[in-house]
Formats: sequence, structure tokens, C-alpha cells
Amino acid sequence: MRRRRGWRQHRIVPTSEGDVVPLSELAPGEAGVVVDLGGGSWVLGRMTSLGFTPGAGVRVVQNRGHGPLIACVRDIRVALGRHQAGHVIVRRTAE
Amino acid sequence: MIAKEANVEKACTAELEVERADVLVALAGQPNVGKSTVFNALTGLDQHVGNWPGKTVECMEGSLECNGSTYCVVDLPGTYSLTANSAEEVVAREFIIRERPDVVVALVDAATLERSLYLVAELLALPAKVIVALNMMDVAEGEGLHIEPHVLEAALGVPVVPMVATKKGGVQALVETIDRVAQGQTAVNPKPPRIREDHLQVMGEIEGLIAGYVPAPYPEDWIALKLLEGDGEISRLMEQQMPAERWDAVHAVLREHDDALVAVASGRYEWIGRMMRAAVTRPKPGRIGRTERLDRWATHPFWGLAILGGVLALVFTLTYSVGVPLQEALDTYVLGALAKAAGLMLAGAPAWVSGLVVDGVIGGVGFVLTFVPVLAIFFAALAVLEDVGYMARAAYVMDGFMHVIGLHGKSFLPLFLGFGCNVPAVLGARVIESRRARLLTILLAPLVPCTARMAVVAFLAPAFFGSYAAIVSWGLLLLTLVLLAVSGLLINTLVLKGKRSAFIMELPLYHAPNGRNILLSVWHRCVEFVKKAGAVILPVSLGVWALSVLPHGDVETSYLATAGRWIEPLGGLIGFDWRLIVALITSFVASENSLASLGVLLGVEPGQGLRNALAAHYSAPAGLAFMAVQMLFVPCVGTVAAVKQESRSWGWTLFSVLHLLVLSLLAGAVLYWLARLGGL
Repeated sequence: MRRRRGWRQHRIVPTSEGDVVPLSELAPGEAGVVVDLGGGSWVLGRMTSLGFTPGAGVRVVQNRGHGPLIACVRDIRVALGRHQAGHVIVRRTAE
Repeated sequence: MIAKEANVEKACTAELEVERADVLVALAGQPNVGKSTVFNALTGLDQHVGNWPGKTVECMEGSLECNGSTYCVVDLPGTYSLTANSAEEVVAREFIIRERPDVVVALVDAATLERSLYLVAELLALPAKVIVALNMMDVAEGEGLHIEPHVLEAALGVPVVPMVATKKGGVQALVETIDRVAQGQTAVNPKPPRIREDHLQVMGEIEGLIAGYVPAPYPEDWIALKLLEGDGEISRLMEQQMPAERWDAVHAVLREHDDALVAVASGRYEWIGRMMRAAVTRPKPGRIGRTERLDRWATHPFWGLAILGGVLALVFTLTYSVGVPLQEALDTYVLGALAKAAGLMLAGAPAWVSGLVVDGVIGGVGFVLTFVPVLAIFFAALAVLEDVGYMARAAYVMDGFMHVIGLHGKSFLPLFLGFGCNVPAVLGARVIESRRARLLTILLAPLVPCTARMAVVAFLAPAFFGSYAAIVSWGLLLLTLVLLAVSGLLINTLVLKGKRSAFIMELPLYHAPNGRNILLSVWHRCVEFVKKAGAVILPVSLGVWALSVLPHGDVETSYLATAGRWIEPLGGLIGFDWRLIVALITSFVASENSLASLGVLLGVEPGQGLRNALAAHYSAPAGLAFMAVQMLFVPCVGTVAAVKQESRSWGWTLFSVLHLLVLSLLAGAVLYWLARLGGL
């Protein structure tokens, strides 16, 4: 079953470990592993060269539920527009 | 040695450069890895800006001498990868493939090694002799990362030189390694990442299809890889090179494997993972570094804005307390003295000669030069903020707000600089990667009310509105900003057919600014402005000067006045007589000129007399219209020159001028008639 398009919501719903969610749904401090990437080829090219590839660990540093967010991937910090963060699908991990 | 001789007299860049060098070295690296520090340490002061033909991207070039050979070092633009995501990436890879540098130095940041090696993975796949320079070893040690360069060297198959470029550590070793590799004394056997098993077959299929059609000097397997990655530029190239049905076959294969980009990238990271496991021992994750602590404040929704406000206030305080006095001193003591001396020397010559020299040439040159103090301060501020790593935070904090006008965070700082002067605002747009967003920023920057225009309005408002002057001035300021936002929306949707560009930006680690880098960058940018803008500003100011004195030597009977009288009926629609039209035209050279022109045309000196004369001559609606037009009109020829320099297109420059012209006259007309109907 396809997941609801929850990333459009403005409130971050707490998720539990193992859930597969867009990166934009992780609260600050939550971490996950990238399972899939979407978006146009420009976005994909930029995201992959910055380190977002399936299997990469991601941690959300800041996420206010609207506007851009900050995520940490492969030791670097990346600011992402909400729309771009919605294209990164992660499996939540405990951390 | 034969190979070396073949490379002698290789042109230094693609541009027709006269400079020749024995060995050509390309410096490649991702953004924020300290590339300019290494470049400056390698080349010293012997460097200049080179342009890639037809691209808005600049490469710095410099040279160094070692063991009797001259090395030309080209600082390629910082890129995350070599796939055509931006003009920078195309420039970097085209340089390596077409110019065939003898050595490519791949600079990586030891503190963010994993991400940094991504570009190395791409570089090793190219036919080039690569040296990996492992910069910021001290930062990495500080973070607890321990890297063994020799192990990395064995794993990569290319020389690895550890460096601390900020303290000049490893620079000599790098030069020696470059020398040895260029002479063929050190073997380079790169072990690039292989394509993953699951895509080997597709790769073979594509290679088979394109075999024989790949134009020199591109390597066939590299073209196949880029096609698999969905590289737009390479796809277009091959589509032109191949018969249509054969290209269709390639296209069909690619469509079937549209996930290949992610697979190729994953393959590179798996390769990087192996390098990391071999050469790096790292501490347990979860430590909170200095950057993260600082970012809690710098990217905070409230404190982030407060800090940004403080930073900007500091920049403007510096501009007004240092830049403006310097500008005035330059104007009075240097240019004033020059004009006086020229006047004395030309006392015997006909009036038009001294007029040409004093008002035309010295005035024009002076106008270009008086920009420099303020520009230098703005450039220095920008360079410090960029070097420290704060710029990305400012962009992040302002992103939401900038979305309203079809831009994203990165456009904020350039536009904000416009409140001081529109020229650095336009030039500052260079920090924006996507051409669309950069162009939109360049087009909007001239609408930011600069100090010169605010000064004109501040002078005029009391003449027409007495005690309401402040409210009227603020109203005009607000109107300008609203029109800026509306223009942004309209240009974005109607002209640029705007897909909003994606906001993906690294927040680099904070580090101390490097004075040398900053001074060099300020110097290069100021020189570039004086050279390029001077070429536009001088002829235009000479032209306007000539029109305003010919044929009888005074403004009232000049061609400009004749033209003004000629279009007076049109000006009447917004309450302008010929004097206001002439004043507006002269303000094209510099906004503050309009007051001086009005003074001459109304026969009074600028000052209180001028205010009274204006109030006596013009109705309040006409005054309001004039102020509005002045706020929105082409700010000055300097800005136009900057727009031309940055957009690299006369078409967009013309668009910018017309946009400002139409907008200002429309706003003037609307305000004029509203004010009249309102009974002012």
C-alpha cells in the first residue's frame, strides 16, 4: 500500500523505528537510512554527489515543519528545500 | 621526455592566451575544500582571472617556477561532481578532457573525506595524471579522524600528499610531486571505481552502440558512463554525432535503466567506503563539533535572523564610516585637485576642450573610481562571510522569505547589498549556481533602492510634502519593495517560465578567514570592475556630457534640452516638463546627478534654494511622480555595466533597462493621476 503523502503536512508526526518516511518527516535528532531517491535529474545529480545514496545514514539536525531543513549525511551538513527533502525516502533508525 | 616536449608551448587556457608554459597543472576540487588557499600558496601573486569562452564561469590562472620549468596552474571551478549539473562542472571536465593538463591535482578535505573523494572517483576515470592533495589534515586530526596517506595512496593508485594549506604545510611536497609526475618519474596507475555488476551489461550495450561515433578527444567508456548517468550535455552531443535510429536505440536502453544515476553514484560511494575502511580510523559518531554548536545559534529561527541583522548592520556601518568618507575624500582631494589642475593647464584652450577634459573625462573616470572604496568594502565583507562559512547560513535563514519572490535563500545577500549600492548587488549574484536564479537576481537588484536614490528622494520629499516628507519617503520605499517582489513573480513566471530552482546547499564547517585569500579576491574583483565597467561607463558619461553642452555650451540650449522639449508632450502624461525629463536622463550617469541638473536648469544652486524653486515650479503630484520614477528608474550606468558584465548578454541588459524604464514610468503615471484625482 502506498503511504499517504504526509510530507505535505505542516506538523511532524512522530514515527517509530523501521518506518519508511520522507526525510522531511524526521524530527530534529532523528536518524534514518536512505532507501530511495526521487526528483528530476538535476536534483538527483546534486543530491547523490553530496552523499545522498541508498544505504547512506542521515540525521536531521533542524526541521521546523515548514521551510528548509538541515540534514547531516556522510559527515557534512546540507540545507535542503522542503520539496527536495520530500524526495529522499528513509527508513527510520534508532539513534 | 617525448611526451613532455609534445606538451611544450601548450596554451594556458582555452581562451587565446599568449602565456605559454612548460607544464600545465589543473587544480580541481569540491567547493569548501580550501582550493583558493592552495592555489594562492602555489602561485603567489602571479595570477590573473581567465574566462571560459561563452560561459559565466571564471578560472583563476597563475604560474610557478620549479627546477627551471614554468608551471601554469589553472584553478578549476569548485564542483561536487563532473556530471553536467551546472556550467562549473562542464567547464571543469571540458578543461581536463580538451586541454589535457599534464597533471590534475584533486584537492580533498581530509575532514570530510568521504564526500570529498566523490570527485576523485570521477577524476580517476578520466585520462589524466591525478595527484590527490589531502588538505586540512589538522582539522581532521582535531575531529579525531586519523588518516594514513600511504594506505590511501596504495588504494587509489595515485600519489597522495597530506597538506595543511592554511599554514603552508605540504605545499613544497605538492610542488615536488607535481614535478615528478609531470616528468614521468612517479608512476600513476589510477584504480577508479568499476561499474557495478548489475549495470555492467547495460554499459557494454551502450558502448557497443556508440563505438565509432564518439568525437575526439572524449574517451568512449567515459561517454558511455555519462550517458548512463543521464548527463544532458553528453546526451545532446551524442544525439548530434549519431544517426537518428542508432541514437534511438541508445535512448531506448537508457530509458529502461533510468535508475542508473543512483546506481552509479552508489557504486562510487561503495568504492569510497573501501578506501575509507582501509585508510581512516574514525571516532565514534555522535560527537557535537564546534560547527554544530555555532549552528544552533546561526540557523535558529529567531537568533539566526538576529545574528544576520547584526552582521548586515556591521557591514553597513563599515560602509558609511569608512567607505563613504573615503569616497568623498577621493572625490574632493584627488579628482577635485585633478580637475582644478586640468582647468588651469587648459586655461588658454577653447572652453569645450577644458569642458571635455574636466567634466567629461575626469568626471567619468572619477565616477568609476569613486565606486571602488564602497565596492572594496562590500567585496571584503562578502569574501569574509563566504570564507568563514556564514554565507550558507544566511541563505538558509532567509530561504522562506525569498521564496515569496520566486528565488531562494542564496539570492538574499546580493540583493540586500543593493541597499548600499546596486553594483555589488549585481556582481554578488555570482554566488548563485543556477543560471535562472542568478539572472533573476541580476534583474531584480537594480530595483533595490540604493543610497544615492534614497538621497535624492530624501532631498526632494520636503520640497513637495513638508512635514509629511518622511511618510512619503517611506511609502515610496515600500512601493519599491512591493514592485520588486511583483517583478520577481512576473519575470519568474512569464519570462523565465519559472521552475523554482531546487534549494540544495552544503553548510560548510566554520573556519577562520584567510586574510590573503580575501585580499586577493577583493583586489581581483575591483580590478575587474574598473576594467569592464569603465569601458561602458566612460563612453556613456562622455556621451551624456556632450549632449548636455552641445552645441552652444550650456544645458538650456543643448541637444539634450531640445530632446527633452521634444518629448515634453509625452512627459506631460506624468506631469514632467522638459527640465524634469533632462534631469532624469542625466541621472542615468549617476542618480545624484538629477539634483545638480535641476539646479542648473532652474538656475539655482543645489540646497535650500533648489527646494523652494522646485516647490514653486512643480505641483505636488508632479513631484511625487518624479520621486517615484527616480526610485525605480535605471539607477546608473554603473549598474547597467554590471548587468552586462554578469549576464554576458546585451539582450538581458536591454531587458533590464526596458523593465526599469516601463516600471518607473508606469508607477510615475499611476501616482501622478492618483494624486491629482485625490486632490493633492
